[in-house]
Amino acid sequence: MNWRALCFALIATLPSAATSTEILPSGTTFLSQGLQAQAADAGANPGMLWVADGERLWNTAESAASSSCASCHGDAEVSMRGVATRYPLVIPGSNQLLNLEGRINTCRVQRQNALAYAHESDELLSLSAFVARQSLHMPLKVTVNDANAEFFAAGEAAFHQRRGQLNLSCANCHVERVGLRLRGDVITHALPNAFPIYRLEWQGLGSLHRRLRACALGVRAEMFDYGSEAYLNLELYLTVRANGVAVETPGIRK
Amino acid sequence: MGPAIARVMMPKAAKAADVIEIKSLFRHPMETGYRVDAVGEAIPRHVVTLFTVDYDGERIFAVDLSQGVASNPYIAFYTVATRSGELLFSWTDDRGETVQLSKSLTVLP
Amino acid sequence: MITRRHFIAMLGSCFALLVPGFVGAKTTTPGGAQRALTGGAKATRDRVTLTMPGIAENGLSVFTTVEVASPMSAQDYVKTIHLLAEKNPREQVASFHLGPRAGRAKVATNIRLAASQQVTALVEMNDGSFWFDTRDVVVTIAACVDGG
Repeated sequence: MNWRALCFALIATLPSAATSTEILPSGTTFLSQGLQAQAADAGANPGMLWVADGERLWNTAESAASSSCASCHGDAEVSMRGVATRYPLVIPGSNQLLNLEGRINTCRVQRQNALAYAHESDELLSLSAFVARQSLHMPLKVTVNDANAEFFAAGEAAFHQRRGQLNLSCANCHVERVGLRLRGDVITHALPNAFPIYRLEWQGLGSLHRRLRACALGVRAEMFDYGSEAYLNLELYLTVRANGVAVETPGIRK
Repeated sequence: MGPAIARVMMPKAAKAADVIEIKSLFRHPMETGYRVDAVGEAIPRHVVTLFTVDYDGERIFAVDLSQGVASNPYIAFYTVATRSGELLFSWTDDRGETVQLSKSLTVLP
Repeated sequence: MITRRHFIAMLGSCFALLVPGFVGAKTTTPGGAQRALTGGAKATRDRVTLTMPGIAENGLSVFTTVEVASPMSAQDYVKTIHLLAEKNPREQVASFHLGPRAGRAKVATNIRLAASQQVTALVEMNDGSFWFDTRDVVVTIAACVDGG
């Protein structure tokens, strides 16, 4: 099956450029009532500790020579509202696909006179959680267009590519076997709408790329780097696939 | 594990004699002391051992924690709104380090 | 690239928390902590409601609520609520100290469970009487125990 051709054909016919008209249910709906309640309670959701730290970082200039996010963007509740629903995206005029973490680091280096945060560092997790939180309950809305079509196709192909010693593709579980059990878990649609997530397994907050690496390890495949092209392309595909699903950052997962 | 972060959710104001709910979260790995690292060395225990709440200078609530409490401990409890004042939340770990957070409560007659 | 040795060590460290008999095995008999706390006094199964899921999705964090029927007056109030997990390496998980200023004898937290077991909420009143409730919790392990 020529996925690329099908993909482009679908893009050509649909005005919204989502690959499906159906809005998939969030992974949160697969959790127990207790965990769902915990996630929805801002006083009990441990991910909010990182969101709180993100707010502090937003308002802090790292040094006398650098500037804070707030110095340009003011109140995040206003300026960042809806932003997370549009990422990952290609910066106009460039050929670079950026997710929210990448955008934060680009800002730091190019506009704040500060060093980029390390991948999966507490600072980057906190800031990205804080920014994404400003889009809480808003539906994801990433459009496939000329600028990102190539990245989208690569991500889509990766999603359907079998890999690892267990020779499984993302689709084998997250499309073909949704709702079935994998030991103690029920397989979800693998949507990125709640990231960064507080994963009980990690006992802390982690990014989508960390989860993708864990999935790769799960099928005994090679784990790619945080921020790698492979994962950015896949993140773009996963997000488009989740168009219409509400942002829930920070989600709680097992 | 980043900087010490404490977060408390509680009402800003209440009527006198109201019973209010307070939810606290504290960033801490609560390392059990049972885990071993990649080369087989035991990772030393590092846990919060005591959580206290003082309201207007009086101790109103305290919890003795252990490694059996989940990481990034969440503790929710209730207290009677008596009069306007400061609530002082304090987390102490087994290294003797303490983090404190203060929150104001306005109590209306 | 994760080496095989690294992966096995990570898997082992994950299970150490979830499988009894591993690093940190129990040395006291179940119920020993309760006896030590009550001094041998009788505890009545009443007034206390311990709420926990019947199946805990991950033993690393299990949501736990204890509520006690008590007027919380100066004459009649809950002094302490103990959470005891009989199969944990350390049976006494947490102790909550209340008083008349609490207004309502209800507390919540997340605890760790090393294995499927019975959890006990043991309550001491200001008059020295003991009350309790128990809950049986099955602890499952998440599918992708990935150490990632």
